[in-house]
Amino acid sequence: MDFEFSEEQIAIRDTIRELVQDKVAPRAAEIDEKAEYPKDIEELFARNGILGIPFPEEYGGISGSSVTICMGIEEIAKACATSSLILAVQALGSYPILVAGSQEQKKRLCPPLASGEKVAAYALSETGSGSDAAALKTRAKRYGDEYVLNGTKQFITHGSIAGTLVVFAQTDPDADHRGISAFVLEREHSPWQAPKLEHKLGIRGSPTAQILFEDVKVPAANRLGDEGAGFKIALAVLDRSRPGIGAQALGIAEGAFEYALNYAKERKQFGQSIASFQGIQFMLADIATQIEASRNLVFRAATKVDAKSPDLTKIAAMAKLFASDMAMKVTTDCVQILGGYGYISDYPVERMMRDAKITQIYEGTNQIQRVVIARSLLR
Amino acid sequence: MAPHHEAFRASVRELAQSVVEPLAADVDQSHRFPDEAIAAAAAAGLMGVLIPRDYGGAGLDALAFTLCIEELAQACASTSVIVDVHTSVGSEPILLFGDEEQKRKWLPLLASGQLLGAFALTEPAAGSDAASLKASAHRVGGDYVLNGTKVFITNIGRAGLYIVFARTVPDERAAGISAFIVPADSTGLRVGQVFKKMGLNGSPTGELVLEDVKVPAANRLAAEGQGFTVAMRALDSGRIGISGQALGIAQAAVDQARSALADRPRQQGDDFALADMATRVESARLLAYRAAWLCSAGKPFTGPASMAKLHCTDTAMDVALNALQLAGEEGTLVGSPFERHVRDAKALQIYEGTNQVQRYVIARDLLKSR
Repeated sequence: MDFEFSEEQIAIRDTIRELVQDKVAPRAAEIDEKAEYPKDIEELFARNGILGIPFPEEYGGISGSSVTICMGIEEIAKACATSSLILAVQALGSYPILVAGSQEQKKRLCPPLASGEKVAAYALSETGSGSDAAALKTRAKRYGDEYVLNGTKQFITHGSIAGTLVVFAQTDPDADHRGISAFVLEREHSPWQAPKLEHKLGIRGSPTAQILFEDVKVPAANRLGDEGAGFKIALAVLDRSRPGIGAQALGIAEGAFEYALNYAKERKQFGQSIASFQGIQFMLADIATQIEASRNLVFRAATKVDAKSPDLTKIAAMAKLFASDMAMKVTTDCVQILGGYGYISDYPVERMMRDAKITQIYEGTNQIQRVVIARSLLR
Repeated sequence: MAPHHEAFRASVRELAQSVVEPLAADVDQSHRFPDEAIAAAAAAGLMGVLIPRDYGGAGLDALAFTLCIEELAQACASTSVIVDVHTSVGSEPILLFGDEEQKRKWLPLLASGQLLGAFALTEPAAGSDAASLKASAHRVGGDYVLNGTKVFITNIGRAGLYIVFARTVPDERAAGISAFIVPADSTGLRVGQVFKKMGLNGSPTGELVLEDVKVPAANRLAAEGQGFTVAMRALDSGRIGISGQALGIAQAAVDQARSALADRPRQQGDDFALADMATRVESARLLAYRAAWLCSAGKPFTGPASMAKLHCTDTAMDVALNALQLAGEEGTLVGSPFERHVRDAKALQIYEGTNQVQRYVIARDLLKSR
C-alpha cells in the first residue's frame, strides 16, 4: 500500500527536510554532548510554522493531521531525536485540548501553542504510577471556580520549559480511574515547580523533569471534559500520539541507516568496500526491509488517526511497538557496521543507538503496547 | 567445574563485589581509570592468572581466567576489560612466543601488575583486515625503528608496554608482519587522540603514535614474519576472555532485572522475558567454558572460541537491552546499572574481532575440516 500524501504535506516535509539539513543536523552532536535543551531549534521551528503542524487552521495552526505530524517528526528525528521531541511533545501536550476541549478552550488555548509562543507538555506519569497510570495520586480539589492541585509528576518531557501543561489529577480519590480529571495549566496563571531534571542514556538535550504542584490554583474553566473523564482523555491522547513515537523511531533508524550505508560503501577492507561482502549486504537488506515495514505501519496508523478509524487504538499500538523495536535493532546493527568507529562519539550512530532505546519505553512501554493490542484482539 | 575453580571464582567474586562494584557507577560517569580496582586485582594476583608460577604468576588455566573476567565484569565492565586485555593479548604473546630471556624480563612485571600490558594491532585503515596494516619496522643494526599509527588501543596511556605489530617486509600482507615488545617510555612513542565512547568509560581507548621509535632487536617476539601468527593466536584466547566479560555483564543484567521485578506485581510477560534472558546466559556460559576447557586441554579451539565470543556478546547485548526494557524509564537514568550495561555491552560485539569476523572464522574452520 502506498500512501497518498497531499501536495501540501509534501511541501511541508520538504521545508522541514531542508531546515533540518541546514540547521538541526549540524547541532545534533553538541546538543547530545552538552545535554542542553536546544532553545534555538525550538525558535527555528516556531518561526517556520513547524510547531503549528499539530493544529488546524481555525486554531492558528497549519494542519492538525497526524500524517503531517508524523512526517515532520520523522524528518527531524533522522538528524536529531532530541529536536524531534519539540514537535512530538507539542502534539502530545496539545492533543488533550484538541480531543476533549470545548470550542472556547480550543480557541483560547491553542493559538499561543500553534504560533510557538509557548510549548506544551503532558503530565500523566508519577513515581508510583507508570504503566499503571490509573493509580496516580496527584490531587485536585475544587474550591468555587477553581481547583487546587497537589502532587508530584515524574518523567515529564519538557515539563520544565513548557508554558502549557496538561495535568491528570484525582478529583475523586475514592472512584479509582473514574475519579481522574484533566486540567490545562498555563504557567503565568498556575505556576508549577520543576525541581529536578534527569540525566539520561539518550535524548539528552530534551529535558525530562520531575514536576511538583504545591497548592497550584487552576481555573475550573481549564478543566477538559467532565470531572472523571480524565483517564479516558489520557488514553485517547496516547492512541493519537503513538504513531508519532513510531515516526520518531523510524526517523532515528533512517538517520543511522543512511550513515551506515554510506560508510559501508566507502570503508575499504581486504581491498574492497565492506558493502561488497555478503555478510554486510544481508544486514543492509534486513535493515532496509525493516525500515520499510515500519514506515508503512506508522503512516497507516497516522492515516487511521486522521480518519478516526474504530481500530486506531490497536494499529497505533502496533506502529509504536514495531517501529521502536525496529529502531533499537537497526541502530545497534548500524553501530556494528561502523565497527570501532561506530562506538565512539566522533560518529553519530552511537548517539542514535542511545536515543532509540527510549522509544521502546515512553508513551507506554512496549509491554503496555502488547497489552493494548492483545486486549483489542480479545475484546 | 573442579573444586579449585569454584574456590577461585568465589575469591574473585568476593573481591569484585566488595571493592570493584561500588566504584562502577562513578568510574563510568567520571570517565576515570579504576585505579583502586586494578590495584586490588594486582594485590590479589589477578593480573597474572595465566602466567606460570616460575614467572611470578598464578599459573592457572584458561577456565580460571574466564571465571576471573566474568566475575570482574559482573561488577564493572571497564575494570574487566582492562584486566582482560592486559592478561590475554597484552601478556600472552610473551608467554606463548617469547624466548626465555624475554619471559624472565617481562612476565614477572606483568604478573605483579607493575606493568600493564596492551595490544596494538588495529590501524585506521586496517581493522577487520588486520593483515593490511602499514606500520613499519626497519632493522638498523641491533635495533628496529618503528613508525606508524595504531588505533582503538585499550589501556592507552596506562600501559607499561605495548605488543606492537609492524611490517618488516613491505607488501607481503600477513607474511611481512613481525611482533615487538615496545615499552611505553620509548622515545618517539606517544598517545594520540583518546576517544570519547558510548561505554566502557573507565577503560581508556585511543591512538598510539610511533615516530622513529627505536626498539632493541631483543624485543622482537618470534621470528621476523611471524607477527600475524602471534596476533591470531593471542586473539584466539583473547576471545575466551571477551566471552567471560560478556557473561559477567549479562549475568549482572539478569540479576538486576530479577530484583526490579521482585518489587512489582508478577506479569507473565515479565516472567517469560526473564526466563528467556536467563536461559540464553546459561547456554552462552557453557559455550565459553567449553572453549576455555579445549584451550587448557591443548586441543584446537579457534572455532569454539569464536563461537563463544559471537554467542556470548550477542547474548550480552540482547540481555542488557531486555533488562533495561524491564526496568523501564527509571533504568535509562544515568547512574542506573541498566543503561550502563547497554552502553558497555555494545563494544563486545565489535572488539577483538567484530562478530562478522567471528562468523568468518567459524565458517572457515568448519569448511576446512571437511
